[in-house]
Amino acid sequence: MRLATGVGIGALLLATSGAAQELRVGFMATFTGPGANLGQHLRDGFLLGMDHAGGKLGGLATRIVVSDDQLKPDVARQEADRLLEKEKVHFITGIVFSNILMSIYKPVIESGAFLISANAGPSPVAGAQCSERFFSTSWQNDQTHAAIGKLAQDKGYKRAFLLAPNYQAGKDGINGFKSYYRGTIVDEVYTQLGAIDFSAEIAKIQAAKPDVVYAFMPGGPGIALIKQYAQAGLTKQIPLLSAFTVDDTSLPAGGEAADGLVSASQWAVDLDNPANRRFVADFRAKYGYVPSYFAAQAYDAAQLIDAAVRSTGGRLDDKAAVRDALRRAEFPSVRGKWKLNTNHIPISDFYQVSPGTLPDGTRAMLHGDVVLAQHGDQHAKNCPMRW
Amino acid sequence: MTRGGADPLAGRPPVPWICLVLLGGTAIALVLLEAAEHPYYVKLLNRALILALAALALDLVVGVAGLVSLGHAAFLGVGAYTVGIMAEHGLTSGFLQWPVALVASAAVAAVIGWLSLRTRGAHFIMITLAFAQMLFFVAISLSRYGGDDGLTIWTRSEFGALVSLSDRLGLAWVSLGILTLAYLGLRRLERSRFGRVLRGARDNERRVATLGFAVERYRLAAFVLSGTLTGLAGVLLANLTEFVSPAYMSWQRSGELLAMVVLGGLGTLHGAILGAFAFVLLEEALSSLTTHWALLFGPLLVLVVLAGRGGLVGLLAGRWGPK
Amino acid sequence: MSRERAAVLDVILLSVQILNGIQLGILLFLVAAGLTLVFGILDVINLAHGALFMVGAYAGAVVAVASGSLALTILVAPAAALVVGVLLDRLVLRFLYDRGHLDQVLATFGLLLFLNEAVRVTFGSAARPFPVPELLDWSVSLPGGASYPAWRIAIIAVGLALALAMFLIIAGTRAGMLVRAASTNAGMLELLGIDIHRLLLGTFGIGAALAGFAGAMAGPIAAIQPGMGDHILILAFVVIVIGGTGSVQGALLGSLLVGLCDTLGRAFLTDGIRLLLPPAAANEIGPAIASMLMYLVMAVVLLVRPEGLLPARRPGR
Repeated sequence: MRLATGVGIGALLLATSGAAQELRVGFMATFTGPGANLGQHLRDGFLLGMDHAGGKLGGLATRIVVSDDQLKPDVARQEADRLLEKEKVHFITGIVFSNILMSIYKPVIESGAFLISANAGPSPVAGAQCSERFFSTSWQNDQTHAAIGKLAQDKGYKRAFLLAPNYQAGKDGINGFKSYYRGTIVDEVYTQLGAIDFSAEIAKIQAAKPDVVYAFMPGGPGIALIKQYAQAGLTKQIPLLSAFTVDDTSLPAGGEAADGLVSASQWAVDLDNPANRRFVADFRAKYGYVPSYFAAQAYDAAQLIDAAVRSTGGRLDDKAAVRDALRRAEFPSVRGKWKLNTNHIPISDFYQVSPGTLPDGTRAMLHGDVVLAQHGDQHAKNCPMRW
Repeated sequence: MTRGGADPLAGRPPVPWICLVLLGGTAIALVLLEAAEHPYYVKLLNRALILALAALALDLVVGVAGLVSLGHAAFLGVGAYTVGIMAEHGLTSGFLQWPVALVASAAVAAVIGWLSLRTRGAHFIMITLAFAQMLFFVAISLSRYGGDDGLTIWTRSEFGALVSLSDRLGLAWVSLGILTLAYLGLRRLERSRFGRVLRGARDNERRVATLGFAVERYRLAAFVLSGTLTGLAGVLLANLTEFVSPAYMSWQRSGELLAMVVLGGLGTLHGAILGAFAFVLLEEALSSLTTHWALLFGPLLVLVVLAGRGGLVGLLAGRWGPK
Repeated sequence: MSRERAAVLDVILLSVQILNGIQLGILLFLVAAGLTLVFGILDVINLAHGALFMVGAYAGAVVAVASGSLALTILVAPAAALVVGVLLDRLVLRFLYDRGHLDQVLATFGLLLFLNEAVRVTFGSAARPFPVPELLDWSVSLPGGASYPAWRIAIIAVGLALALAMFLIIAGTRAGMLVRAASTNAGMLELLGIDIHRLLLGTFGIGAALAGFAGAMAGPIAAIQPGMGDHILILAFVVIVIGGTGSVQGALLGSLLVGLCDTLGRAFLTDGIRLLLPPAAANEIGPAIASMLMYLVMAVVLLVRPEGLLPARRPGR
């Protein structure tokens, strides 16, 4: 207890010294364990956004408090308390994973701060539990899946085989796919979380002989799946459409096995708009790797905060003004057009993306045609907010 | 290290001063921190109190009875999920939630204990781990209750006019009260015939059995009691975080609970409380130092195991050094 | 749908799935073989074994990308794990041999945390590529349009050869005899003038090298990232507990049982439940049971035969 009382006394001595015009932003992401590289992508993207805003978001002296949620919900909750109650932040942003977002959602929206997700977009916060204090610069989880369902439908695949991990996001993903796909579902298979061997599933695919396979398999298992899919010689026989399986973060590890795989995204490194060209060039110069959609979304989060705070004239204590400013913020989003849905989740174009080669020879996910134009998620209708 | 700590059978010593300082100091710190408006530290202490309860319960099984359970996080999950699921269905009364959670934890502990206690040593470690993994996967497939994404608890357990858990300090006092009662109760139990049988069987099972004690039954009772208390810690944890998730029952969490017990001093009960506090503060300090805190924490754990005799309790008693 | 369901129950599919189960089992055996030496014979619970698997996979990945050579890959990976393993043994584990299981679990848990983080600091968090070495980058056509990758066939062949070699060495050579004797009564061996510490170090070193080798074999089909060994470590423990500690035959039997259970469970359980329940419910229950199946098997085995199916004979334990 000596330690604890020590902390207590130390805390007492640190009388709260409120600097008048300081913007404090808590940046929470996963920096340890599986998924730690995604946290790094988010942070690098956000910090580049800071740089481009001259190191001052909204023209105010800005302090960023970086926090590691360790991918443990109770740790995330504790870190959120620290950011809100000790650091007294005005915004919390970052957030790689849905379960982390859910674990901190209630305390953040019930405090005075705003929560800006730069990645996670679980369905509850997009629908009935939407909040004036929650904004997203990414998407709702279903949107990517819906885009791929639409893609499968547009390409005329008659029989689809669906594969996802056995948890909530996996089931949401399959439902998102089905919301646009009208063909026959040959089979839907749910794999164990963290599975490393997919030979049983691949044999089922070989036996079912579908026209197309749709897989939602994030993280390490996704890399294992595409390798094993390619090794079984299936890549050339049955097209593999995937969400969050092959992206800029997993492409290097997938190697040649990733060739020919198709996904969908609201952003790609080769999107041709001035904001994106500047973002990609400066990102590669500063960090030495190709940015991913994670980095792009976090960059937009920095831009969103910058634009909103600037338009309130630094009146951070006027929560209604900040909310309205966030809703109506205008900034050059790297995805092209920036528009929020009524539930504060962006309405975006979703492009077909697949592995390709940049002019300098680097491999990256490059975009093709628009699959879903200006798409808003299906849960917005359950959100009671009107503005 | 293995059988560290003060000899519990030597007379009837007073409550160790460490424990008095720890629990009394927490009470004072809670009042001071709340007065100084440092809610974050109030919650940090609350978290330490809750994990201390779980570690204390685990010490009964691991330290006193000598049964190394690598699956105790499962009970944390059972307690937490009971609160979460009942709250999801609008049953927010604590008078209803808590008894159900305790009965559920006890029932799960009875089944796991009854099956696992047929094995010994390393096999006991593995089978408790296996059961915890099974419950972990069950929780993940509960898609009605959020599955892997977890479940937000929108209303904390309600106790009418008795106490409000939505009040930061209220929850902290309840946690402190429960921990104190659990500690005093287990201390008494440990010194009773029940505790002596457990200790005796830990050191020499055959001899105790020859004396006519049904060792299995004593062990099962200890396991169920431990599981129930850990479930209670889960109930408190769910109320503190207003959230439940399968991550509460991961095997790494079970490993952390064991680490707390050994860090504090195995088999001493108050060591478990000390260990949990040290663990939470260490985690806080290391993770604010660097995101690569595991680089420091891993070797520290090795060091405590290799060099520590009786963990922090032993250190405070001046009994440390290489074996 | 009914015709597709009939197709799923096809005999060819069943035999392919059995082959898949055997292959997964053999892969688990590669990890468990090293672990059973350390856990079964030295009676040390080494959670860091999963980290040695990871070390082997990383070493293999680096070599495979740089050279593309099969021989170099499967030589360097076990060597790297051997070096790290011997270091761990000298620095930490040798002090744990005569400690309780609890101390071993905690100290090696600490080592596991450290090594996972050290790999993250060195190589970054992102997964790394590990291409199939060119020599084995082809596949065999099976009847029914399916094909089977050569690398997986190699896993089966190598695993079986290794099992045979280990069995012959442990049962038939002087070194094997000493190892068996050491696991039964180390004190007696010491009295007989055998350098027991060298013997233990040797056994541990071989266990580490096997873990590294397993990492290299699993590399081309797995994701190479920090912490990749944690999950497979638990599976390997399940295998050993089912098979019976300390015996190579037990580890092989346990591996095959777990591999087959897991694969066939994933392949057919949900379809089977769909015959009884509506599809939505089956999709809910099937995968949940499939993921628990191997733990269920382990629990049942432990209850019926607490020593495992084929334990090494160890009087006095």
